[in-house]
Amino acid sequence: MPPVILRVKEAPTGVPLEAESISPDLFADRSREEIEALPVALGNESHRLGDFFQVEGERSDQIEVDGSIPRVKWVGSGMTRGRVVIHGDVGMHAGSYMRGGEILIEGNAADFLGVEMEAGLIRVRGNAGHRAGAAYRGSKFGMRGGIILIEGDVGHEVGAYMRRGLVVIKGNAEDFLGARMAAGTICLFGRAGLRTGGGMQKGMIVCMHPVELLPTFAYDCIYAPIFLRILFKGLKRLGVQPTPQQANGLYRRYHGDLAEIGKGEILIPA
Amino acid sequence: MEINGVPIDQTYAEAFTMYASRVLITAINLRWAMEAARSMAGFGTSVIGCGCEVGIEGTEPQETPDDRPGVRVLLFAPSKKAVQEHLIKRIGQSVMTSPTSACYNDLEAEDRLSVGGKLRFFGDGFQISKRLEPPIIGNGSRPRRFWRIPVMDGEFVVEDRFGVHKGVAGGNFLLLGKELPGALEAAERAIEAMRKVKGVIMPFPGGIVRSGSKVGSRYKFLNASTNTAFCPSLRRQAQSELPEGVGAVLEIVIDGLTPEAVAEAMRVGVRAACGPGVVKISAGNYGGKLGKHQFHLHQLLSS
Repeated sequence: MPPVILRVKEAPTGVPLEAESISPDLFADRSREEIEALPVALGNESHRLGDFFQVEGERSDQIEVDGSIPRVKWVGSGMTRGRVVIHGDVGMHAGSYMRGGEILIEGNAADFLGVEMEAGLIRVRGNAGHRAGAAYRGSKFGMRGGIILIEGDVGHEVGAYMRRGLVVIKGNAEDFLGARMAAGTICLFGRAGLRTGGGMQKGMIVCMHPVELLPTFAYDCIYAPIFLRILFKGLKRLGVQPTPQQANGLYRRYHGDLAEIGKGEILIPA
Repeated sequence: MEINGVPIDQTYAEAFTMYASRVLITAINLRWAMEAARSMAGFGTSVIGCGCEVGIEGTEPQETPDDRPGVRVLLFAPSKKAVQEHLIKRIGQSVMTSPTSACYNDLEAEDRLSVGGKLRFFGDGFQISKRLEPPIIGNGSRPRRFWRIPVMDGEFVVEDRFGVHKGVAGGNFLLLGKELPGALEAAERAIEAMRKVKGVIMPFPGGIVRSGSKVGSRYKFLNASTNTAFCPSLRRQAQSELPEGVGAVLEIVIDGLTPEAVAEAMRVGVRAACGPGVVKISAGNYGGKLGKHQFHLHQLLSS
């Protein structure tokens, strides 16, 4: 099935374009004309997708965006299947509420990437902004499933309020990584900012470099968690190659946040 | 029909349907994976007295979820519920207790039984659930859930659910030997060859059974008793199926995940067994009244 290709005709520069209609679910059964007619919002104005993108192809759940769209928001939001490839940067809220399929971002992703997603895979070749995989303000839980893999750095509060799922960051993270997480797994290969895991209840954060932990985390032991072997073997399938020391080595285990129920864990190579 | 000068009876083995599951046990090295597997397979020879039939699969897994050495164990029981009960008991008592072990489902099936989901309570509230999605696990579209149960050497990882499907139990053949040493040697040759077949176990000690049974007994409280027709010492006292010159009979029983696997194991087993000291090869059946599956020896060996 050849993909539907979207070429940017007129990139928004001021007010961002809200384009949740860029979704495989909506493209799969539509002709080119129908795809062009899908609604998008520019501020309080309603427009057609075709006003901003030249559409090539039809009736496909594979979408390719040819170029950077850093001012286009909600790409792939709520999608349940198919694949979206963005050959460049993407705006805020990409893949939020996602329930299946895959999004590949070859550039950088803005804030709120994959927020409250339930399933599927998001890969970012570059950096991601704040609150990737987290919860929207006021929501009880962040991502509830699925995988976010970021090859670059991430901003603040990534994985905050996570309920389930996996976030892998090959670069560095800013402050409050996994703050208030309820479950799920975060694997950070770079360096962490301040207050990692602050307020976490359950869940696992693996940090490959030493972390300045909050005083509400308590040291338990040095051991080799078998589960990490399963996780790292799986990560190899996604192109992440932990070193043999990371995959088979010993970890220092800390549990916390003791200001909460304290059943979360932070693992740091010993 | 003869193979290597050994006549093959024109008869068939009668086997029946049992529910099967396959467990993959890993550990720090093969020795400890095998220790756990042996313990799990212990006292699992016959459904008649053990409630299930359990054995170690002869073929080693090419890869394991945690990349450590692993051993596969097959378990057969008459119902899905019985499979679940025996898995919980045997994994709980024999695998979880074994140092460094982890235990995974190794059977993709529609029906899945909660096993780790029950064993997790051993963690006394400190158990941790981890669900991994298909892109990480790499097998189809189902996520897999693991339980991490804290134990004294670290953590015991056990999969939440184990697949179960209909398998075949009771495939068999009988080696009629001139004397016991020759018959035993032939049976050992057969077992060595059969252990290279994937998806089968020979649940009796060393894969060989010397106390074959018939259905029923003269005692009301017993539903199976010694196979009088194949006991050399009863040749003149009971109706015998033993030709002159037979001094010992050994049986090999095969349980498999599929009828094809059982047939293949029987084929290679009989071929390997036929040699010096073997007078005849036969098979056990109940006149076709009990089992759904029939494995005709001539048909198997001519393919």
